[in-house]
Amino acid sequence: MILEVKNVTKVFGGLTAVNDVSFDLEEGQILGLIGPNGAGKTTLFNCINGIYPLTKGSVIFRGQQLNGLPTYKVADLGLARTHQIVRPLNELTVRENVMVGACFGRKNMGLGQATEVADEVLAFVGLDKRAGLLANSLNVAQKKRLEMARALAAQPYLLLLDEVLAGLNPTEVTGMVDTIRKIREQGITIIMIEHIMHAVMNVSDRVIVLNYGTLIAEGTPAEVQGNQEVIEAYLGDPDLAERLLEEERG
Amino acid sequence: MSAQNNSGLQPPNTSAAPAPSRFRSGMMGRLLTPGLVVILVAIIAAMIYGATGGAARREAWYTVLLFVGLASSLNILLGYTGYVSFGHIVFFGFGGYIGFFAIYQLGWNLLPASLLGGAAAALLALGLGLAILRLRGAYFALATIGINEAMKALVINIPALGGPNGMVLNFGIYASYGGAAQAQWTVYWATAVLTLMVVLTSYIVKKSKFGLGLMAIREDEDAAEVMGVVAPRAKTWAYVISALFPGILGVLFFFKASNIEPAAAFNLNRSIELLVMVMLGGQGTVLGPILGAGGYQLLRTTLLTSDLALFGLKIKDIQLAVAGLLLLIIVLFIPVGFIGWLRSRSTRLRRWLE
Amino acid sequence: MFDQLIVSVTDGMLIGVVYGLAAMGLTLIFGVMNVINLAHGPIMALGMFGVYLCYTVLGLNPFVGLIIVAVLGMLLGMIIYAGAVHRVIDAPHLSSLLSTFSVNMMIIGIGTAVFSTSFRNVNYSLGTVVIGPITVPGTRLSSAILALMVTGLLYLFLYRTRPGKYIRAVANNRTSAGLVGIPSTRVLAMSFGIGTALAAVAGGLIAMALPFTILSGGAFELKSFVIVVLGGLGNPIGALLGGIILGLIEGLVPVFTKVTWVPFIEFVLFILILLVRPQGLFGAKQ
Repeated sequence: MILEVKNVTKVFGGLTAVNDVSFDLEEGQILGLIGPNGAGKTTLFNCINGIYPLTKGSVIFRGQQLNGLPTYKVADLGLARTHQIVRPLNELTVRENVMVGACFGRKNMGLGQATEVADEVLAFVGLDKRAGLLANSLNVAQKKRLEMARALAAQPYLLLLDEVLAGLNPTEVTGMVDTIRKIREQGITIIMIEHIMHAVMNVSDRVIVLNYGTLIAEGTPAEVQGNQEVIEAYLGDPDLAERLLEEERG
Repeated sequence: MSAQNNSGLQPPNTSAAPAPSRFRSGMMGRLLTPGLVVILVAIIAAMIYGATGGAARREAWYTVLLFVGLASSLNILLGYTGYVSFGHIVFFGFGGYIGFFAIYQLGWNLLPASLLGGAAAALLALGLGLAILRLRGAYFALATIGINEAMKALVINIPALGGPNGMVLNFGIYASYGGAAQAQWTVYWATAVLTLMVVLTSYIVKKSKFGLGLMAIREDEDAAEVMGVVAPRAKTWAYVISALFPGILGVLFFFKASNIEPAAAFNLNRSIELLVMVMLGGQGTVLGPILGAGGYQLLRTTLLTSDLALFGLKIKDIQLAVAGLLLLIIVLFIPVGFIGWLRSRSTRLRRWLE
Repeated sequence: MFDQLIVSVTDGMLIGVVYGLAAMGLTLIFGVMNVINLAHGPIMALGMFGVYLCYTVLGLNPFVGLIIVAVLGMLLGMIIYAGAVHRVIDAPHLSSLLSTFSVNMMIIGIGTAVFSTSFRNVNYSLGTVVIGPITVPGTRLSSAILALMVTGLLYLFLYRTRPGKYIRAVANNRTSAGLVGIPSTRVLAMSFGIGTALAAVAGGLIAMALPFTILSGGAFELKSFVIVVLGGLGNPIGALLGGIILGLIEGLVPVFTKVTWVPFIEFVLFILILLVRPQGLFGAKQ
């Protein structure tokens, strides 16, 4: 197991954002994390990579407890992530953004090596032509790719992708899904939060579903899609949900 | 951004033919740039020009070089790391006091006393940094003001440091430095060399992995940490480096002035002037604080000696107001400063203006 | 000793509420637009000179002069907002700090040329009030009462009137306030004006108690920073309490040790509060 999430609970004031969530992740898999808006998906990411201290429970990454470690320690251990709302380092160039990931991630590269890795990763995500531009000059789709490039440059064992497909047009989605598959082929384990159902169902080995902070289903994409509770959670109206899912599959 | 862009992708671990970039070809290659030449020429020209026109010119350029050094040291924290310090002068004053005390009370020579002043300032920054660098934005800025004022109030209450009146060196002390006139030259050259060192340090930091981490913190501290930048450590080191040089420069300054007192050592307005200089030239660039400090000093001298009048008020009487108006115009319309503006205008200039 | 303490506490409280009034101006501006007004001190100094000129040149009662100072202060604040603050309100902190500092430089530069830096005072007396062991100059007592009244009015304004509610709405969330049709630019200018007027009036009150120069505002600006942090940045009522605390420190510390330790204690307290309770002594934990 590369990651073991055990009884993770996160309470803000009176609100339980993540409630007693447990799951395991095997190395080399892609795990889809889905759920309605406000289900606590991003909060769960924030609990895993150390942005929020846990109220209860534990996260074990490659045999090591992550609880209480600052985010930079977690990054050092080989866990990288993207942000749902992109956070480019605006006044640095695209290449420098990626170099930050390479320099301070798991491998702790020097600048020379980081430059090489940055250029390779930028080519990989299709941003090589924009390497010398300032990051704030990119459009949203490019910024999402930049997020991904930064995380990849760290050469992580585990990659957390937070809605990298949202806001992309269909062609871009296809391209990005392709990229995600290629990342997995390199042996990087992935957890992806996603709203675009057909994409996440296509690419994931397993899917877990959060609703109101609670894990309500877990299994293969096929198993989860047939789960009554999941359908209700998503739309409240099982019939409507059924129809929409049919359309998505079609 | 389309699927075609991704066909024929190279996975990150293979080595594709790399595109040229400014971080290529080893550390020396990275450091030796046209921009470095411009910086070195600027500083060395200033220090030679200041030394070749007698005492009056030397005094004027001593001040310029001193402020270039102070502003460049502030820039390491402000420009690279993005932490706005209003109380940077505390390191100048504190280092100055410690070194001055060593000369005055303990009979130390200027050189070890200067190094002691620098070390004291750096240590102060280390201790402070661990505490106040947790604060962000306005809270950090306010804390730095508080520290400067608390330090001033503390010194006033320490009789060994001369209390509110400070300490005055006996003129005879300059005898061991070849007389008062020679001592002035010694301080001039020492300050010039030190300023050169500050600027070089600033340049090396900017070109280093450490500097990349600082700039990542400046842009988005939380995101930088998620990428693995150990922000608390990096910020503290930036603070320590930016404090070291003002400490040494302070000892030289007050030795040259032959006296030190709390109001002069911990002058908050001076501290804010340093910010103004960095802003004028362009924060986060190496050349910016050099031009900003030089330009600010020259402007002030020009205004102070001007005979022009505005609305019946002599310019020299309202030089502060004129400088204020200029600052306002810069902040409102050219917030990236002069060098930042030039850099944004032309990619070709970027190589020359670091 | 006990009498001495009573006197010190009274003195401290009386001056403290005036400090609090000044700090209220600073904290209101910060609370509404996240700007630390570095022209705060010189604006207080202008308030001092306003009352001084009304009294010496126009022959007005200083308390009447305060009304003029308040109106002019409001106007000046709105001009400063339009000229120096509006453009940088969403820029990084450094920009608004430096733009307001540039206003500081302009006021001090012109003020020094016009007024020089020699000391002035407002020679106005209301006699003394004696209560038991305490003898209080009438002007100080009236100043403190006036400061409290202004605080009360500010509270009523912010919580009971429509423009006041607008100000609080904009302070809370400028974007949403704009979306529901609150004219946020005008509200911001008004807030800056009120903040400036408060500082100027506080300066005017101080001018009745102490001799001053155009540079005197600097020391009070620093005091205002301390008070604002004690009371919680952006919390006007906290500022009044913070002012009283600062006044008490200034009154009481000299009873026990040298008066020169006062600023040290104040600023160490200031730093500690920033580190330990950045929301201020009276703010809710965030």
